[in-house]
Amino acid sequence: MALVNNRLDDQAFRMSEATAGDFLALLKPRVMSLVVFTAFVGMVAAPVTINPFLAIVAILAIAVGAGASGALNMWYDADIDAVMTRTAKRPVPMGKVSPREALTFGLVLSVLSVMTLGVLVNWLSAALLAFTIFFYAVIYTMWLKRWTPQNIVIGGAAGALPPMIGWAAVTGNVGFESFVLFLITFLWTPPHFWALALFKSEDYERAGIPMMPNVAGAASTRRQIFAYSLLLAPVGVAPWLLGYTTAGYGVVSLALGAGFVWYAWKVLRMPDADKAMKPAKALFAYSLLYLFAIFAAYLADSVIGRAVALGGV
Amino acid sequence: MTDKEMVTLTESQQKARRSRNIAIGLALAALVIIFYLATIAKFGPAILDRPL
Repeated sequence: MALVNNRLDDQAFRMSEATAGDFLALLKPRVMSLVVFTAFVGMVAAPVTINPFLAIVAILAIAVGAGASGALNMWYDADIDAVMTRTAKRPVPMGKVSPREALTFGLVLSVLSVMTLGVLVNWLSAALLAFTIFFYAVIYTMWLKRWTPQNIVIGGAAGALPPMIGWAAVTGNVGFESFVLFLITFLWTPPHFWALALFKSEDYERAGIPMMPNVAGAASTRRQIFAYSLLLAPVGVAPWLLGYTTAGYGVVSLALGAGFVWYAWKVLRMPDADKAMKPAKALFAYSLLYLFAIFAAYLADSVIGRAVALGGV
Repeated sequence: MTDKEMVTLTESQQKARRSRNIAIGLALAALVIIFYLATIAKFGPAILDRPL
């Protein structure tokens, strides 16, 4: 008797049609690129250096760890991803990757990335990476996301940790300077996601996710977005005020922060009847630019500072 | 064993499997190189200076 029968149905024996590209999509490459960038800034901003090859290994491990948490998120959230237009084409809801494959992939990469960072770089950064994966996959995805409108506020900590991991990879500790970098991303997350949630509220409603516009209403969300922008703008300038950077960064961050408050103000003034929600879409787009630009400014300031110091020697 | 006793992969399943195999191969090769170079980077020439 044959051990395997061609007539076995898909449920009993499923040959995967997932390509390497589908597994790559599980890692959320766009989120990963932001994680890599902010972690890199954390590494460069640190007052000491490590072997450049070990720095590349650290960045790779952080990227894979972040990707692993994305895969675990897609495994757990496949049911709600399927009903949201923004996420319906992800590999699990599309049926390209089975939930079990996504779970296994995420777990294997989580262990691999944490162990690699620990063995080759240091165990503090590895512990922070493990905490980040746990926080995103378990605390945010499995608990907060479907439970409270503060989901992305608290869950934002996971996305904000990479600069601290990068800093820890180089220095072996976590300084207040890296905490300020954490704080910038942490305070940026609510206005960024709530701007998206405003013009995608029907999607979130359909999926049953308690995002702020669906729970507290659009008007309250607009006020909270503006409040967070007022907190974010000065925190963005804080590295200069605390003496970590030059005035060059201070001027750039001040302009970027003023821009953020301006876009948030336009969202605040957006009438309830506005269905196109152009101000919310504009803020969402600007918020992406803001985070990239402020970290790029920090990076440029650190690199120039080092170059000047080397020139002085 | 005859053909009927085996799983016959469709063309898309074969292409997908090949794509996964190549990716796994590349990832394993990359890991070997990373751990080899990282060992040298961490320990330096001292890695070769060991009593027999």
